[in-house]
Amino acid sequence: MPIATQFEYVKPADMDEALQVLAMYKEKARPLAGGTDLIVHLKEGFAKPEIVLDVKALKELSGLSLKNGVLRVGALVTFAELLESAAVKKNFPDLWEAAGTVASTGVRNRATLAGNICSAVPSADSAPPLLAHDAVVRLRSQAGERLVSIHEWFTGPKRTALGPDELVVSVEMAVPEKKFGACYMKLSRYDGEDLAQGGVEAAVFTDHNYRVAFCALGPVPARALKTESYLKGKKVTEQTVKQAGELLAGEISPITDIRSSREYRTHMARIMLGRALETAVSRLSGRGPKYGEGNIC
Amino acid sequence: MKKHPISFKLNGERVSIEVEPSDVLIDVLRDRLGIKSPKVGCDRGDCGTCTIIMDGRTVRSCLALAVEADGAELVTLEGANTSRKWTRKLQEKFHRKNAFQCGFCAPGIILSATELLEKNPKAGKHEIKEAIAGNLCRCTGYEPIVEAIEETVKGK
Repeated sequence: MPIATQFEYVKPADMDEALQVLAMYKEKARPLAGGTDLIVHLKEGFAKPEIVLDVKALKELSGLSLKNGVLRVGALVTFAELLESAAVKKNFPDLWEAAGTVASTGVRNRATLAGNICSAVPSADSAPPLLAHDAVVRLRSQAGERLVSIHEWFTGPKRTALGPDELVVSVEMAVPEKKFGACYMKLSRYDGEDLAQGGVEAAVFTDHNYRVAFCALGPVPARALKTESYLKGKKVTEQTVKQAGELLAGEISPITDIRSSREYRTHMARIMLGRALETAVSRLSGRGPKYGEGNIC
Repeated sequence: MKKHPISFKLNGERVSIEVEPSDVLIDVLRDRLGIKSPKVGCDRGDCGTCTIIMDGRTVRSCLALAVEADGAELVTLEGANTSRKWTRKLQEKFHRKNAFQCGFCAPGIILSATELLEKNPKAGKHEIKEAIAGNLCRCTGYEPIVEAIEETVKGK
């Protein structure tokens, strides 16, 4: 399908020029990195920019590094690169696991983590691990740099805290001091590429602190704080899983859409939480399925 | 809109053309350069029939602007069978096993399998299924396709 919208294409070689274009055109300019969402939106007429701003030549946006205990994922880093990173797999195996469930190889070779959170669909697979580890998003505009917590990032379906004159530079998160086991459990209609009907991450730390986050079970991906505080200090048993599931069901607000019904999502959220908790606990103790296995419901 | 002169390598040969900003890569490949192995299926990145190799990785040519290919190295099935180690072996195996039916998905699946085997020449069934999960086939039920890739790995 040809793209009906007519736009200019610019690919600045440096950050100043890119920020100047954004400052001038604001919402009328759309940054392009992997393009796996933007090109679809251009074809379907959801996006009608005057300028497509290709940011792939900006070196400030590239690079995946682990320094002083902080993982920095440059805005141009693709899901394929995340999956190939030994540092990601070792320090954030849950992010690695979630990245592996995003679309398919041919899409992951271009799609970026930053693009995933900028598209901000409720089903963003990368969001639960970012939420679980309190990631921050580094933004840049002509006014300077600012950091936004991932907890304040998602402001509504397909809406974020990103200003129209800002670019995402990187997504960063600190390696937890305590050892943890985690699991991103995804509900798919089939084993292969599919958008999540629901996703639940559970992470358990050696001191019995828990993190629970979800996607596709509400208007925005979020943490389930009541569920977490109930679990704090407890062991994962049949009884605690049941009670935690009840609490999670109260914290989510799923809708009925083409992929499944509200009732089914609510029912499966409880089951996914149970499986994610049990898997996280077994992984923490060195047993359990490898990351990337046994995490599709 | 301002046209962009771009230049890239396509199956080993230098190509220089002018494109509109809104030109999609697959349309330029098929309609202007006569490269017909990538197909327009879903046209939104789900089906994998438009797969090509761009700078060493498989990508959806329906989800890239042509202008983004400036400076890139593109390989399609037309060129892969002489330039990539695994492609011809895969093609021969698929042919011998009659592993495709209509063949519409074949270029995409062969390129996805090529990328997999370049990275992991000992890929097992799980990796094979994962690698072609983004390539839809509506004829075969995938069994002969997965078998053909497995047998290529084993050098049978």
